[in-house]
Amino acid sequence: MEVKFNVRRYDPESTDTVTHFQEYQMDMDASSTVLDGLIRIREEIDGTLSLRCSCRSAICGSCAVKVNGEAGLACNTKIVDSLSEDGNTITVEPAGNLPVIKDLVVDFQPFWEKIRAVEPWLQPEGEEPETEYLAPDEDMLHLAGVVSCILCGSCVSDCTVMEVDSNFLGPAALAKSYRFVGDPRDDSAQQRFKTLNESGGVWDCTRCMKCVEVCPKGVAPMDRIMALREQVMESGYTNTNGARHVHEFTNSVKHSGWLDEKKLVIKSFGIFNIKAMIGLIPLVIRSQRAGKVPPIFHKSIPGVENVRRIFEKVETKK
Amino acid sequence: MKYAFYPGCVSRGACPELYSATIEVCKILDIDLDEEALKGASCTGAGVLQEKNLRLGDTLNARTFAMAEKSGNPLMTICSTCQGVMSQANERLLADPEYLASINEDLKEEGLEYKGTADPKHLLWVIVEDLGIDFLESKIVNKLNGLKLAPFYGCYIVRPTKALGFAENPGRKQALEMVIESVGGEVVDFPGKTLCCGFPILTINPENSVNMVANHTIDAKDRGADAMVTPCPLCHLNLDGYQPNAASARKREIDLPIIHLPQLLGLALGISPEKMRLNKHIVSTKKLLSELVISP
Repeated sequence: MEVKFNVRRYDPESTDTVTHFQEYQMDMDASSTVLDGLIRIREEIDGTLSLRCSCRSAICGSCAVKVNGEAGLACNTKIVDSLSEDGNTITVEPAGNLPVIKDLVVDFQPFWEKIRAVEPWLQPEGEEPETEYLAPDEDMLHLAGVVSCILCGSCVSDCTVMEVDSNFLGPAALAKSYRFVGDPRDDSAQQRFKTLNESGGVWDCTRCMKCVEVCPKGVAPMDRIMALREQVMESGYTNTNGARHVHEFTNSVKHSGWLDEKKLVIKSFGIFNIKAMIGLIPLVIRSQRAGKVPPIFHKSIPGVENVRRIFEKVETKK
Repeated sequence: MKYAFYPGCVSRGACPELYSATIEVCKILDIDLDEEALKGASCTGAGVLQEKNLRLGDTLNARTFAMAEKSGNPLMTICSTCQGVMSQANERLLADPEYLASINEDLKEEGLEYKGTADPKHLLWVIVEDLGIDFLESKIVNKLNGLKLAPFYGCYIVRPTKALGFAENPGRKQALEMVIESVGGEVVDFPGKTLCCGFPILTINPENSVNMVANHTIDAKDRGADAMVTPCPLCHLNLDGYQPNAASARKREIDLPIIHLPQLLGLALGISPEKMRLNKHIVSTKKLLSELVISP
């Protein structure tokens, strides 16, 4: 089949340093992968195209790129699944949220810095055992998904928070942190929670699910971040807007069956957070003027006692 | 067609215009809304309650599904976040019969049991899948000729694709664009349409949240959009309510009205803007409405 590759090019040594798209047309097998196509371009059409790849089997994690705007491994993305609806074009761009070195090659330095920041090594306490540190299989089972991470950077590429905030640890590093927090041989969970509770940690995730969707290995980083939030709160870190938000939201549903938006906003910021309260004034005035305000008195839903009973039953189970 | 209506918290709270517009639109589209069946249904938990206790969220949603089953009608919502959270809960409940049975134990006392037949559907999907675009077009009295509209899906109605049944219903990927085109609008495509609006971190990291509002609204505006259309009231709240903050953060005018999906439909179906409270937005829709070229 005739396939048109639309590849984003960038050459820092060229006089024209602006990125641009270049088209390559080739006859490809329907069963080939995007990586097959890129390698053929480099070897048969244009030797100046730079890309990173190694195992070609979705194991090494080197070839993460954006195919039609979404991150993934070029080696396990089939051409036939990537063709545009109106024709035979595939758009390939470098991974996002990392500096481009040349064409499809990005600089992973910022990625590794974040991974290093969560101290991805076991930190046991007490006397060192005579042989290796052992963990029962059943205690490691819940980590089976997260240890599948091949550090390809697809989740980081498409993270909607990293797009606006380079301070955010990001899905890959946070999933890695979950892996060590959940390891029965690690004894530094409390210290890890402290870091995770800070700015750039678990509370900055928007829950957009992009990382879950693009991860080629089913790591589900966002689900790990949500699990970490729960553990961070349970370990006593409740003095953040994030923790207050979860607490107040849950309380609101428990008491009235639905959301009391006014109370939620105020309590999340903290009523004594004068700066935030003052910051809300323009929004309140704008909303009042537009008539976009929740009812003054927040009425419970009919039969709210049934909701409360469910809360009591399920909360005790926990 | 009759539906057990699940309006969600926001259309009964900070977005009353969404509720009014929906009621008016459904009358014209012969969508019979049963507003009583789910009066006693709780909030879905919006993914927030689930951070604290996933099982609790699943129990509350199973309760809502059981109520809808009892009414004998399919469940319809007008909130993308409700849609996403309900679809995810339903996926977990249906994947594990033992889990469902244990959750049903906690619903027993109220005389409810979730049998597993609920298929929660957003109004957007109801239009595209249950009514059909041809039916919508047959009801249009005002074609919104050439109105340039940027679709904004947000997250919960597009991810995770498995729980949302995208493989079985491929039309869901382009549903908003299909509706925009059928009312005579011109789609202004932009990469931010399926990204986060920033609402979930509004109280946690307001700076990042406003930056997201700025990126999306400015990108759509610079690509020529007259307005943005969204099926998500939370996206609306952030993109509309915080657009003035985004404009001052970027030191430029944005002025991009953020229209709820039913309001767009209503304009094409001949419902007056006042009835749909289009005059009750933070970013004024006045200019947009005055420039609207409509034709039968």
